[in-house]
Amino acid sequence: MNTYTLALAGNPNAGKTTLFNALTGARQHVGNYPGVTVEKKEGEYRGLFSARIIDLPGTYSLTAYSEEEVVARDFIAREKPALVINIIDAANLERNLYLTCQLLELKVPLLVALNMMDVARERGMEIEVEKLAAFLGVPVVPIVARSGRGLDQMMEVALALAEGRIVPPDPARIRISYGDDIDQVLLRMSAMIREHGLFKGIYPARWVAVKLVENDEILMREVERENPELSARLRSETERLVDHLLKTFDTYPEAVIADHRYGFIKGILKRGIVTHRYDKNRLYASDRIDKVLTHRLAGPLIMLLILFGVYQVTFSLSSRPVAWVEALFGALGGMVDQALADGPLKSLLISGVLDGVGGVLGFVPLIMLMFFCIAILEDSGYLARVAFMMDRVFRVFGLHGSSVMAYIVSGGIAGGCAVPGVMATRTLRSPKERLATMLTVPFMNCGAKIPILALLIGAFFSEHHALYMFGFTLLSWVVALVAAKLLRLTVLRGVPTPFVMELPPYRFPTGEGLLIHTWERTWQYIKKAGTVILAISILLWTLMSYPGLSPREEARFAQKRAALAAAYPTGGETVQTLLDNLENERGSAALRHSLAGRLGVALEKVTWLCGFEWRTNIALIGGFAAKEVVVSTLGTAYSMGETDPEASGSLAQRLARDPAWSPLVALSALFFMVFYAPCFVTVVCIAGEAGSWKWALFSVAYSTTIAFILAVGVYQGGRWLGF
Amino acid sequence: MGARISLRHMARNQSGIIVAVKVAGELGRRIRDIGLVPGTEITILGRAPLYDPVALRVRGNTLTLRNNEADYIEVEIEDA
Repeated sequence: MNTYTLALAGNPNAGKTTLFNALTGARQHVGNYPGVTVEKKEGEYRGLFSARIIDLPGTYSLTAYSEEEVVARDFIAREKPALVINIIDAANLERNLYLTCQLLELKVPLLVALNMMDVARERGMEIEVEKLAAFLGVPVVPIVARSGRGLDQMMEVALALAEGRIVPPDPARIRISYGDDIDQVLLRMSAMIREHGLFKGIYPARWVAVKLVENDEILMREVERENPELSARLRSETERLVDHLLKTFDTYPEAVIADHRYGFIKGILKRGIVTHRYDKNRLYASDRIDKVLTHRLAGPLIMLLILFGVYQVTFSLSSRPVAWVEALFGALGGMVDQALADGPLKSLLISGVLDGVGGVLGFVPLIMLMFFCIAILEDSGYLARVAFMMDRVFRVFGLHGSSVMAYIVSGGIAGGCAVPGVMATRTLRSPKERLATMLTVPFMNCGAKIPILALLIGAFFSEHHALYMFGFTLLSWVVALVAAKLLRLTVLRGVPTPFVMELPPYRFPTGEGLLIHTWERTWQYIKKAGTVILAISILLWTLMSYPGLSPREEARFAQKRAALAAAYPTGGETVQTLLDNLENERGSAALRHSLAGRLGVALEKVTWLCGFEWRTNIALIGGFAAKEVVVSTLGTAYSMGETDPEASGSLAQRLARDPAWSPLVALSALFFMVFYAPCFVTVVCIAGEAGSWKWALFSVAYSTTIAFILAVGVYQGGRWLGF
Repeated sequence: MGARISLRHMARNQSGIIVAVKVAGELGRRIRDIGLVPGTEITILGRAPLYDPVALRVRGNTLTLRNNEADYIEVEIEDA
């Protein structure tokens, strides 16, 4: 028996994902469509028969304005699924049928799943399913995706359609008329298209004609590529039509087409398909909730509380599991330490492999909890309200109301993490706003920057500790938002994506849906990040370990050790301290001698502008692995041994005494360290989410440039003012 | 015949019928795709805390759009 491919299509909020989860359970796979940021969800149905189910992105239409629509359309037209299941919201028939009309015109094998019959009934609507099926010319099956009711019947009909046991009446019977003017042009254009065999076997000729009249730019370009001569002729037809409609009716063809589609739908619905028992515009429970949750004063306050709650849950509940993962890797490191002799292999395993993999897995509990919280907010419908309330503020910076979530998670309240923050941008549906958000959330004060702030503020500004901490949190918001605005004015220039969207009724999220969402996203992170991060981690380890000290230098340290041992033959604490100091001195010398050290020295040619010497530069290179590494690397560079980021008091005293440091240098260093390149886990995530390494590298360059300008500004400005 | 005003200037709880959507391109398409076409009855539900965007009731659903997007939508309202 062959496996059929079934595609699910439908409006956002029509219950498509719920249906997908109900059909496939946990047998899902999430990836990306090549070259775009749209998620590709695939699953396996094992019930009455076996089928591959594709969850197409939710769209209102099949014109090519958003990536989602292009992806959905291309999949249906080019991959030719055995059947398209169009899920429509029964309580919302008129608008949902708009997409159905376009699917009918595409002439694909179609089954309409009429979802949320329970909600429709609650609202006093009765729907004549048989009549609707007769008018549309395709089978219609009522279902309740949330409870699973009607799914078996639906799949029976689906199988019958796929096997050809049910043959729907000729879809050509359903031909939507767009009025005389347009119909005649369509007739001429489809004849031309047929004559040249354009898109034969992919798109029906009339559908192509409709899309060209609708001014669909992507299809126009495709036609141009296929047949430039025909393209010119078709274009002259549409141009004449546009001219005519503008002159006589002051309107555009696309508006006329939309009007007629809605007219066609209204015509069907009027024929006794829907009856309303109550007033259509009465207030539902959802509206009463909105009266409070989007209230002018109470709304923002409750939102702050909820966002703070998400933040608390994510970071406090995850702290224990994160500690367990870290302890596990610490123990593994200990085992390797015991089992192997000192040498490059041991160092590679501990500092390269285990630290790298542990670093990736350490984020897993955090990411799971964050996605769980976001899934609750998203599935319940609250996230749309957050976007609604915050849009006015974020629009000023060229962002979208939905951006707020990503900033909060990344450290909008100090102590977040940019990795889940970058992944949280998935809730944004507009590509430019999403990229701008993704590239600027790493500016926020993540948890790993806190030890750096604590070290430098503790060393130089201890009398104003809280003030500086708070100041840098505020500053990170300002820099991130201004940086986003800058992007939207330059590389990501473009008109704001329209905010036209739905506020879906509040619903209780289903447990199954929450767990599936959380798991699939977490697993995606582990897979994507795991491989690349291991490689980068090993690379950084190599940079900081090779080349080792020359044999002459090593001999010099061995000699000193021997001399100490000879001077204190009885041993004791004093000699141990001296030996430790010597070892720290050796560590510092080795670091300076390594590739990273040489790079740090070479960078002094540039970094003197912000007052950094080579030791700071090496720490900054190390900080690319994870921001808190800045502290431990500074420790090594200042011959203090590897400093624990949580207890850096002695390093702070050392820095405060060092002639190369001053409050001004510290301030400049703070600016640089808070804003420069995101850690590479974040960079890898950006590459994954943006769908290309180009944006990941851009993020590194953009952040570092901004950090450098700020640090130079602070240092040179401060010097000029005489500090 | 009622008066024609732009959607932006409608008050909370005011109802009317869309008579024209005067914008082409992406914005026009989005507005139409979501069901805001001439002949549709709408009611203003309210506005966000900063008076923008605006929330509408359309055919039993709630939609939102920004004020500068609402500018393009002309609505016929009952005379006060």
